[in-house]
Amino acid sequence: MALRINHGDTKTRRFIYFLRDIVPSWLSSRFFLWLFPLGFIGLFFFYPLSRILTYSFDLSVLTPENLRLTSSVLLFTLYQAFLSTLLTLIVGLPAAYLFARFDFPGKALLRALTAVPFMLPTVVVAAGFNALLGPRGWLNLGLMNVFGLEVPPVQVVGTLGAILLAHVFYNTTIVIRVVGSALLQLDPRLEAAARTLGADSRRAWWHVTLPLLRPSLLAAGILVFLFDFTSFGVILLLGGPGFATLEVETYIQALQMLNLPLAGLLSAMQLLCTLVFSVLYTRMVAKTRVQVSPRAAQYNLRRARLWREKVFVYGIGLLLVVFFILPMLALPLRSISRLEAARGQRTDVQYGLTTDYYSELFVNRRGSLFYVPPIRAALNSLGYAGLTVIFSLLMGFPAASALARPGKLERWLDPLLILPLGASAVTLGLGFIISFNRPPLRLLASPWLIPLAHTMVALPFVIRTLQPALASIPERLQDAASSLGASPFRAWLTVDWPIIWRASLAAATFAFTVSLGEFGATALLTRPEYPTIPIAIYRFLSQPGGLNYGQAMAMASMLMVLATVGILLIERLRLPGAREF
Amino acid sequence: MKRIVFLLLSVAFTLSACVPKGPAELTVMTHDSFAISEEVVQAFEQANNVKVTFLASGDTGAALNKAILTKDAPLADVLYGVDNTFLSRALEAEIFEPYQSPALANIPAAFQLDPENRLLPVDYGDVCINYDKAYFVENDLPVPAALEDLLMPEYNGLLVVENPATSSPGLAFLLATVAHFGEPDYLDFWAALRDNGLVVVNDWETAYYANFSASSGRGPQPMVVSYGSSPPAEVIFAETPLDDAPTASIVGPETCFRQIEFVGILKGTQQRALAEKFVDFMLGQQFQEDMPMQMFVFPVNPDAALPEAFVKYAQTPGQPAQLDPADIAANREQWIAAWTETVLR
Repeated sequence: MALRINHGDTKTRRFIYFLRDIVPSWLSSRFFLWLFPLGFIGLFFFYPLSRILTYSFDLSVLTPENLRLTSSVLLFTLYQAFLSTLLTLIVGLPAAYLFARFDFPGKALLRALTAVPFMLPTVVVAAGFNALLGPRGWLNLGLMNVFGLEVPPVQVVGTLGAILLAHVFYNTTIVIRVVGSALLQLDPRLEAAARTLGADSRRAWWHVTLPLLRPSLLAAGILVFLFDFTSFGVILLLGGPGFATLEVETYIQALQMLNLPLAGLLSAMQLLCTLVFSVLYTRMVAKTRVQVSPRAAQYNLRRARLWREKVFVYGIGLLLVVFFILPMLALPLRSISRLEAARGQRTDVQYGLTTDYYSELFVNRRGSLFYVPPIRAALNSLGYAGLTVIFSLLMGFPAASALARPGKLERWLDPLLILPLGASAVTLGLGFIISFNRPPLRLLASPWLIPLAHTMVALPFVIRTLQPALASIPERLQDAASSLGASPFRAWLTVDWPIIWRASLAAATFAFTVSLGEFGATALLTRPEYPTIPIAIYRFLSQPGGLNYGQAMAMASMLMVLATVGILLIERLRLPGAREF
Repeated sequence: MKRIVFLLLSVAFTLSACVPKGPAELTVMTHDSFAISEEVVQAFEQANNVKVTFLASGDTGAALNKAILTKDAPLADVLYGVDNTFLSRALEAEIFEPYQSPALANIPAAFQLDPENRLLPVDYGDVCINYDKAYFVENDLPVPAALEDLLMPEYNGLLVVENPATSSPGLAFLLATVAHFGEPDYLDFWAALRDNGLVVVNDWETAYYANFSASSGRGPQPMVVSYGSSPPAEVIFAETPLDDAPTASIVGPETCFRQIEFVGILKGTQQRALAEKFVDFMLGQQFQEDMPMQMFVFPVNPDAALPEAFVKYAQTPGQPAQLDPADIAANREQWIAAWTETVLR
C-alpha cells in the first residue's frame, strides 16, 4: 500500500513538473487558450443552433402578421429587461457596497443566502411569491384582517410588477458578486487620495470609485440584462398570460403550436439582439480597461463605526433580509406546517406543525419506478453541479485570460462568448435533439450532456467574473516577477493567483448555482436515471393533493439548504497560494 | 489534478465510445407525466428478457417534437403519450408504423381513433371543472350544472382556467367549449365569461395550487379546470386521512373534454417484435390496472379493475365533449389565436 502511494506520489510530482513546464508556454500561446472554450462553444452552441435554425427556416414565415407579432413581443421583452436591469442595479449596488466594505455579524450567511434565489426553480419561487403576495397570501390576509377588508388589497401576481420583483429577486446576487468582488479589491488609497485633495466622499465615489468599477458594472449589467431578456419561467408563472417575451412565445410556437418556422424567426430575433448587446458591451468595456494594484480585502473591510455607517449597514442588511430571506422562508415554513382548517373555509387558517412531508419523501408508497429517493436526488444534483464547476472553470480560465489582454482576435471573439446566455433555451434544446441523435455524436443518450449544457450557461458567467479580475492585474507586476527570475508559472502563482482567487470563487459559485437550478436547455434533455432535486419537485407539483404539495415544499427546502451550505463552503475555501498579501 | 485528468479522460471516453451491446434493450419515449410501478415493468422485463429504458422527454408537445425531429435516427422504439389533440399532427409526420395489436379486440371502438392503428389508445382522462365542495355548501350556492351556468352573476370571479396556448388542460377545456357551442359562438361564451370575472393563468400548477381554494395553496377561486381524477388524488394524497374528497367535478353534458392518450411504434425501430410485445403489454390488464394510481388516468381496457378511490371519488361524465382529431389539427392554432384575442387582449 505504502509503495503504491509512493509510486503515485512521484508520478503526481512528475506530472506537476510537466505541467509547470508546459502550462506557461500554453498560456502564452493564444491558440491554446482558445482551443477548448471555442471548441466547446462551437460544438455545443453554434453547431446545434445553426442546425435547428436552418432546419426550421422558411421564407413563408415572413408574413406581416408574424412580423407584427415578433416586433410587439420584442418590444415588450426589451422594455421589461431594461426596467428589471435598472432596478436590479439600484438594489444590488448598495448591497455590493455593504458586503465589500463592512464586516458585520452573520455576513457570510447573509451573503450566501442572497445567492440562493438564483437557483430556485421558478415553480417554487412562484409558490413562495403566492404564499406571500398572492390574493390569499400572508400580506393580503394580514391587511384584510387588520383593516377588515373584503377583497385582497394588494394585487401583484399577474402584473408587470411581479415580473420586475421576481427579476430583482433572482438577479441581485449577480451584482453583489460581480461588482462586490471588484470593489473588495479596489485600492482604497485612490479614494483616500481624492479625499486628501479635498473631494467630499460623494465626489470621490463619483469620480474615482465608480469609474474604476465600470468594467465590473458593465459585466454585471450585461449578465443581468441577458437573464431578464431571455426570461421564461418568471414571465410564464408570475406574469401570467397577459405577458410574453420572445422566449415564452418561442416556446408556445415550437412546442404547443408545432410551428417551427415562426419559433425559428423569434429565436433568430432574440439571438440577433443578444449579439448587438454583446458587441455594444465589449466596445464599452474595451474603452475602460483599468489596471490597479489590487489590495487585500482587509484594507477595505471594516466594522461600521459612525452612526451613518451603522444606519447604512443595518438598513441595507434589513432590506436584504426582508426582500430575499422572507420570501424564501415561506417555503421551509410551509414544508413543516399542516393546514388544519376545514377546506373551503376562507379565513382563519390554523397551522399545525408536522414532519410528515419529510418522512414521506423517503417512502416509495406506490412502488413507482420513477420514485426519487431524496438523498439520491441530492447527490445527483451535487454531482452535476460539481462537474459544471470543473468544466466551466477549465474552459473559463483560458478564455478569460485571453480576453483580459485582448488582441484583434479577442475583439471579434469576445461578443461571441456571451451569446449562449442570450440564446433561446427551447430552440437550443431542439437543436441538441437534431444534432446529437446519431453516432458519432449520439450524446442524447449520455448523462454527460446535462453538465455540458449547464456549463454552457455557466461559462459566460465564469468568463465575465474572471475577466475584470484578470484585466486588473498590472502587467508591470508580472514583468517585475519575471525580471527577478521567476518562471512564468511561478510569476502566475505569486502575482496573478492571489489577485484572482476571489473572482474564481465567485465564478465557481455561479457555476454551482446555475447547475443546481437547472437553467436553460436541460428541460428538453432530462435523463430519468439521474433525477435531480428540481425534477423531483416538478414531479410532486404536477399532481393534486396536499401531500404532494407538502413534499414539493420539503424538496425545495432541501434544495435551499444544499445550495446555502454549498455556497458557504465554496466561499470559505482557502485555496493554495490564495494568501492575503 | 489527477482527478480532473481522470474526469476529462472519462468525458472523452464517453463521448467517443459506442454503446456496448448487451442483452436486448427497448427504449420507450414518454412525456414527463408517465409513471409505472417497479414490479409491473419488472414483470415485462423478465417475461421477455429485455431491459426497458424510459426516456422522459418533456410535456406532450416536447416529446412529440423530439420524436418528429429525430425521425431519421429515432431515439426510441416506442412513443407513448400522444393525445387526441395532437393525434392528427403526429400521424401527418409519418413517424409511426401500423400495428394491429390483438389486444385491440378488447377495447371500445370509441377510443380507436386511428383506423390504420399507427397510434393505439392506452388511457383516457376527462378535463373537467373541479369545485371546492365546502365553498358551495358554506355559501349556499348551487353547483353550476352546465357551461352556460358559469355566466350567471353569482359565479362572478369564481373560476380559474389555464391558457390554452401554454397548458394542455387549458386547451382541452377550450375544445370542450368549441364542441359544445360550435364556431363562432364559443367566442361569445368566452367573452361573456371574461366579463364575468374569469381568471386565466398559464399553467395547471398555478391554477390548482395558487388559485384553487380547495387545494393546499388555498387560493381565491372555488372552481378550477383540472381533471376528473383530481378528487381521488386529493383523497389519496391527503395530509390527514380524509373520509371524503374535498373536491368534485362538474360532469354535466359536454362540460368535460375527454383526452385519450396513445402509444405507437416508431418507424425505424430495430426491435419491432419487442416493441409489439410492449404495446400489447400496455393494453393488457396488468399495466392497465397499474396506471390509475401511477398517472391518475383511466384504463381503456374494460377488463381492468379501478382502484377503490377512483370508484368512490372520480365521476365520469356521461356525455363528454368530443371533436374530430382532424378538425382539431386543422383549427387548433386558429382557435387558440381567436381565444387569445377574445380573452386576453
